[in-house]
Amino acid sequence: MIEVQSLIVRFAGVTPIDDVSVDFPGGTCGLIGPNGAGKTTFFNVLSGFVRPARGAIRVFGDDLLAMADFRRARWGLRRTFQTEQAIEGLSIFDNVAMIHEHSGAKRSSRRADVLSALEFVGLDISPKAKVGGLSARERRLVELARAVVGKPRVVLLDEPAAGLPAAETERMAGIIQKIPDTFGALVILVDHDMGLVSSCCQTTAVLDFGKLIASGPTPEVMRDVHVMRAYLGTEEKL
Amino acid sequence: MTAAPASEERTAPARTLPKPELGTIVRGAVMVALLAVAIGPLPHVVGSDWITTFTSVAIYAVAALGFGILYGRVGMISLGQIALLTIGCWVGARIAYATSLPFPILLIAAGGITCVIGTLVGLPALRLSGLYLALITLMFAGATTIVLAVTDFPNGGGGFKGRSGTGALTTSTPPVRRPSWANADVAYYRYTVIVCALLFLLVLAHVAAKPGRAWASIRESEPAALAAGVNITLYKLWAFALASFITGVAGCLLAAQVGVPRAITFQTQDSLTLAAATLIGGIYSLWGAIVAGIFQQLVPFLFQAQWGLNSNLVLILFGVGLLQVLLTAPGGLSQQLPKDLGRLWRLAAGRVRSLAAGERPAP
Repeated sequence: MIEVQSLIVRFAGVTPIDDVSVDFPGGTCGLIGPNGAGKTTFFNVLSGFVRPARGAIRVFGDDLLAMADFRRARWGLRRTFQTEQAIEGLSIFDNVAMIHEHSGAKRSSRRADVLSALEFVGLDISPKAKVGGLSARERRLVELARAVVGKPRVVLLDEPAAGLPAAETERMAGIIQKIPDTFGALVILVDHDMGLVSSCCQTTAVLDFGKLIASGPTPEVMRDVHVMRAYLGTEEKL
Repeated sequence: MTAAPASEERTAPARTLPKPELGTIVRGAVMVALLAVAIGPLPHVVGSDWITTFTSVAIYAVAALGFGILYGRVGMISLGQIALLTIGCWVGARIAYATSLPFPILLIAAGGITCVIGTLVGLPALRLSGLYLALITLMFAGATTIVLAVTDFPNGGGGFKGRSGTGALTTSTPPVRRPSWANADVAYYRYTVIVCALLFLLVLAHVAAKPGRAWASIRESEPAALAAGVNITLYKLWAFALASFITGVAGCLLAAQVGVPRAITFQTQDSLTLAAATLIGGIYSLWGAIVAGIFQQLVPFLFQAQWGLNSNLVLILFGVGLLQVLLTAPGGLSQQLPKDLGRLWRLAAGRVRSLAAGERPAP
């Protein structure tokens, strides 16, 4: 469980996250909101790239903000990025293995764990292949394998299906849904594809201009009038 | 609600890693064959001036390899490689004058001290990148050149301080000693090539293992590396330490090669030409460092000593080569040449097949 209390992030007069308190109970949780709502900033706070001005984040009882940024992966925090971050010059195996070797997991299990992660995401290509030669879908799957290898506890997925066709997004949803049960990890999914969020997430939180406007079971959140207003706007008579 | 426990039903798949690729085997075999030729028959078929040049090629290939680690592997533009080579040369010379340590210990000591200095120089790299880091390291190279001039390097006298009675280099300055069994030029050339090959292996062992993957991750994206758990501070300094160590060892080899190293051997602008030569050779490949060593030492030797051409032509050649690399072959000659040879081979094979089939070759 992730408990966020009174989180405030300020960048020189801009407040991308403004006093947000929210719980992510477990399983797969959605985090949605229009562009500029503060979703990626929230992920950056969790990853340690951004230090909040105020607030506390406890993850499974541990104070996340007290951890050094690079130690959070060893603790079990994983994430993907909006833009592809798999390393082109390395093989698929090495791309996933490098996460494992910094995760604190046992070296003796590395090969089995890496191959198991690749099998989990359904990447049926030689692990020796260079990532630079892969398609967009395959790179996304490599990134997903990097996110689940080595005993993850929290997996942050930032628009994992961006740019993929509908059929591939559906397959990606199937993989994401299996992460909590297979790895015991809590997943937070950020995406603009409401179909993907609805199919994967039991609960969803919604940000708008840095403020939390709704949270709870996904079907209820999707019907929330504040959420609809944030996405669709309001009628304004001229 | 807490997260569910990990499933116990996960099993390791039966799939295994494939065997090493043919290309890897071929590259390894070519490298071993070249090394065998370099230390076996080559010294017997060339003259003594060629041997001296080949020794320098090996030494400068290691310096280029240091630049390759920093820029090609981690993405940090460091233009202080020749300064580090100078420091290795200086430290090696002074320890050689002051002690009677065995030559391998001398090499390791020179490498170790250069490693410490180079790592300190690398500290700004934790905050700087790109042009700023290039400028800082270039200033370091310039400062080293000034210190050499001010102190009349190597200044002749014995001991660590090395001030001679006249305060400058004298004809009685003893040469830096070589290993007792490799005193002659040919034997020292072989010794140098073997030590340089070991340094290349040391770098290969890093690149193919955890540090190499961490460096690749940092080069691709520092935020992504951080999210992957890479301690960026540690691995950037590690790269500086490794590059400095191998360059320091190379500097000590250079000290014993030339006997009495002189300040004029180490010019600030050499760091720039070394960077250009490494880019031309190939910044992402260990082969590129060897090509860079050839460009840095063998090409000037050919131009000046063999063909009697103006040495400034080498700089023009470097400029043209750099332009070509930047425009058409970012991987440098070491990556482009095999591709071009492969194309040539396929073209020739296609013509031969056409002729064998009785067809007229395409114009």
